[in-house]
Amino acid sequence: MLGYIIRRILAVIPVMLIVAIFVFLMLRLSPGDPAAILAGDSATAAQIEKIRTELGLNDPLHIQFITWMGQLLQGDLGTSLISKTGVVDMIANRINPTINLALMTIIISVLLAVPMGVAAAWRHRTWVDYLVMSFSVLGFSIPVFVIGYIFMAIFALGLGWFPVQGYRAPTEDFFGFLLRAILPSLTLATIYVALIARMTRASMLEVLGEDYIRTARAKGVKENSVLFRHALRNAAVPIMTIIGIGFALLIGGVVVTESVFNIPGIGRLTVDAILARDYPVIQAIILLTAGIYVLINLLIDLSYTLLDPRIRY
Amino acid sequence: MAKTAQPVSASQWFLGALSLPRKWRVGPGPIIAAIVLTVIVLSAIFAPYYVPFDPMHMESTKRLQPPGGEYILGTDPFGRDMFSRVVTGGRISLLIGIGAAVISVFFGLLIGLVAGFFRMADAIIMRIMDSLMSIPAILLAIALVSLSGASVGSVIIAITIPEIPRVVRLVRSVVLSAREEPYVEAATALGSSMPKILTKHLMPNTMAPLIVQGTYICASAILIEAILSFLGAGVSTETPTWGNIMAEGRDYFQINPGLIFWPGLMLSLCILSINLIGDTARDLLDPRLKKREA
Amino acid sequence: MTEHFKARTGRMARRGGFAAAALMAMTMLTPASSVAQDEQETITGVMHSGLRVLDPIITTAHITRNHGYMIYDVLLAQDEDFQPHPQMADWEVSDDNLVYTFTLRDGLKFHDGEPVTAEDVVASLERWGEVDSGGQQIFDVTDSLEATDEKTVTWTLSEPFPPMLQVLSKQSARPAFIMPKRVAETPSDTSIDEYVGSGPFVFNEDEFDPGQKVVYDKFEDYVPRDEEANWMAGGKEVNVDRVEWVSMSDMMTSVNALAEGEIDYIEQVEVDLLPILDANENVTVERRDPLGYQTIGRMNFKHPPFDNQKIRQAALLALSQEDVLGTMIGNPDYYELCGSVFGCGTPLEDETGAESLLEGGDPEAAQALLDEAGYDGTPIVLMQPTDVASLDDQPVVAAQAFREAGFEVDMQPMDWQSVVSRRASMDPPDEGGWNIFFTNWQLPEVADPLINPMLNSRGDSAWFGWPDDEHMEDLRSQYVDAKTEDERKEIASEIQAYALETVNYIPLGQYFMPQARRNNVVDMIPSPVPVFWNIDKE
Repeated sequence: MLGYIIRRILAVIPVMLIVAIFVFLMLRLSPGDPAAILAGDSATAAQIEKIRTELGLNDPLHIQFITWMGQLLQGDLGTSLISKTGVVDMIANRINPTINLALMTIIISVLLAVPMGVAAAWRHRTWVDYLVMSFSVLGFSIPVFVIGYIFMAIFALGLGWFPVQGYRAPTEDFFGFLLRAILPSLTLATIYVALIARMTRASMLEVLGEDYIRTARAKGVKENSVLFRHALRNAAVPIMTIIGIGFALLIGGVVVTESVFNIPGIGRLTVDAILARDYPVIQAIILLTAGIYVLINLLIDLSYTLLDPRIRY
Repeated sequence: MAKTAQPVSASQWFLGALSLPRKWRVGPGPIIAAIVLTVIVLSAIFAPYYVPFDPMHMESTKRLQPPGGEYILGTDPFGRDMFSRVVTGGRISLLIGIGAAVISVFFGLLIGLVAGFFRMADAIIMRIMDSLMSIPAILLAIALVSLSGASVGSVIIAITIPEIPRVVRLVRSVVLSAREEPYVEAATALGSSMPKILTKHLMPNTMAPLIVQGTYICASAILIEAILSFLGAGVSTETPTWGNIMAEGRDYFQINPGLIFWPGLMLSLCILSINLIGDTARDLLDPRLKKREA
Repeated sequence: MTEHFKARTGRMARRGGFAAAALMAMTMLTPASSVAQDEQETITGVMHSGLRVLDPIITTAHITRNHGYMIYDVLLAQDEDFQPHPQMADWEVSDDNLVYTFTLRDGLKFHDGEPVTAEDVVASLERWGEVDSGGQQIFDVTDSLEATDEKTVTWTLSEPFPPMLQVLSKQSARPAFIMPKRVAETPSDTSIDEYVGSGPFVFNEDEFDPGQKVVYDKFEDYVPRDEEANWMAGGKEVNVDRVEWVSMSDMMTSVNALAEGEIDYIEQVEVDLLPILDANENVTVERRDPLGYQTIGRMNFKHPPFDNQKIRQAALLALSQEDVLGTMIGNPDYYELCGSVFGCGTPLEDETGAESLLEGGDPEAAQALLDEAGYDGTPIVLMQPTDVASLDDQPVVAAQAFREAGFEVDMQPMDWQSVVSRRASMDPPDEGGWNIFFTNWQLPEVADPLINPMLNSRGDSAWFGWPDDEHMEDLRSQYVDAKTEDERKEIASEIQAYALETVNYIPLGQYFMPQARRNNVVDMIPSPVPVFWNIDKE
């Protein structure tokens, strides 16, 4: 078992290396040229060429890759080709809004979704179940930006409860942060609520069919206690898992939500960087998100082994 | 949102009361979903035969007409007929959904079977799949579309690539569990050849979850196409899709909400139906659930 | 309403211990940043694009030029009639038009406190002259450029260069901004990494978030000229403490933010969204830039079919300005048909040769020309940017018009970055090259045969599309040598006629991007560059 864990942790290295190679090649082989955006609209081809040489983009690919890897191993993520700002600074500037938004989304989602899922499983095949399931399917079916616009139209423009856009750091102005973060979090939460409610329902259904639940019920344990003490606790692992996996899903939603509500986060930084072919920034962000994802995945894999002893390595 | 949810569940409840034979009791939801989906698919396929205008033809003097009159749903910012575009848009959106589902299931099954069965290949394949999966799908898709230019084909591929590892993982885990089943062990012991074990014993096991997974991929591909368009990395506006019609309408949301509402409604109904059907398929195909019902 | 809501969230947080704990964790993740700027008078504006590149010499991007006008100053500047005026320096010209002497005015200081010297000016001009096309022409005829004392720069030419002051004072695409010598010594193909100017605002480096937000503080030591501000010329009086530029990727969000008073100013509002603001009595919508933009189509002279002049003419005949602008802008208040390559409302305006463009296009004539030229049906590769709102309409309208005229069109959607890099490719269209694309210029960037990048017809060293045309080059040098205004106008008319006959490029008319501001933001001077001097906030 310990050997397996160590092997799995070591396996992270090739995974990250493959991500690095993949991202590097994908960017270098794609059309588009950061030198051209740097030079602007009326630059001539010769001027762009000079800038490209200066940026080292004319070096052979393997040299560029080795240079990048060398810097990376020294913990240097490089500087933006476009703005000359350090990549670490750029990410540090943008990561707080994204993390805060994501945390808020998860809190809202868990608070809404777990009770919904429990209720649906408890009242399986009744209107409660149908309502929860319809909502969860609906959450998957509407594009995030449409939900964002609808919320904005109703709660910000119509009722005037919230500002239309923007972001405040919670340390600076906590209520300002809450006011501005609620609509984007709710927007993001719709998918997430759908996902968690579903998973809660499914794993609760499974657990509720187990013998020990029947025993508990037969012993006359109160229904509340059966649901929340016995069942939910045993159903918690897959629910936690889906919350973890869903984090990767959140990134996709974040890109769009940040754009709709004008939140200066990682999502917009990434899209801007892709559109500007700002290689060091894209590479760093993708490695970062991939790293986080790999870690979560590692934990999930380990928990699989613990849960199903039939899978042996 | 609750407004849309209510009628569905109310009618479900109503139809559920007409008790059907137990075997057929899938509930009215999936049946309604199947009908809605059929209507949408047929309306898309036959769109060229009944649309009142060429969905690509522009009239600069007739931009942003309100609904009603000559144009049932009004016109878009290029002066093109919204109704014709919305129904025609379903063709490409559905093509992208089905294309992404079929391609990713096909390659996922192939790679997953290999990974689940051959330990040697497993390590390498899974590392590559882990890598691909660790990159957020939307970011990967945007990057891939930029890479290859925004055609329908490249959008399908960009959506498919991040989906493949998910299918591979699913297939592999089913194979890994099934391999330990007595009947597979017996077949191995009896000396059945690898390909035979693969096709006869392992593939059937993966079919049910794959069908379910396929429907989800189809639904999410249609959504991702919309998001890609929203972010400026979608199919050209010359070819209408629900996604790019909405993306063009985003700036006019407050002036003419129909530009987003109608394609959004079609898209959401379509995805809703596909998801419901997928859920039903899963419930029916999942032996454990079935056991409990009985 | 807001108060009510606050109360409720407060109660919610108190009840849910978990939520409260998580919120606390969230709070701790955010480092304390600068204190709120409530006491200071701040103008927050949404600009047309995010600022990323900070070197106004290496790039010609408008947003970087606008940034340049915030923190740098220029020697000479133009007024609304395109006439040069002293800004940092007065000038004298010798009788033989060969020696220009610039004398710096008193009180000029960089943001680091150092005085501006003639040496700084020389270094800055030299760096600028390496990359700017106008600057290159001056340096081609330069004998010497020297700092003769602390405040005097002497520029000696080997032959007269009549447009000297015009080029030095131009406001687009690369104004000759003055930087400290140590910064100006950066090679011209490398971005500068120190942002010190002598302009009316100081760049706030700590708060710079590339592509998202840039902050400028008032430069307390700036001494404005006494003359009244007129375009880029005159006194730059700063009346606010701080200017913030933020970029918003969603135009509707910025319009709503302005309507709700969350921001003060939007540089460019999409015309279709104006109805949202019309109803708002706290917001004024107006045209600040009197000249606007010219939208154009440019063909590739290197490859078939557009290497054939007749086929280029057919393409021009196929297009209608009304269709393009009507689709792009919609509201006729904000566009104007204009057949002049130099733009309308400019001194050199002339519409010879543009009749079909102005009269709705002539697809039949285009088709006839195509037949006559023996067009073989090779599809033309049309690059369509999908992520820039001001550029995604023209290709769609043009594609329809071209098809109606009998062209085969291969429309290739891509992001603007791909267009920008692909248009630099001289390869054939089916090997990664292209046939036609569309872009926009601010009028001062095209208003003159010297400045207008498209008219440069020196083959491979010309602007993308690479026309190789000696006669055009001949006309342009005649323009440079012209002595009088009338003579210049006459040659410009000739250039106009010749440019449209050879279809150097297709001018598709002019449009104006209205700006919107809260009513308490006052005293904005008209200007093609959105400058923040003279503005006050009540």
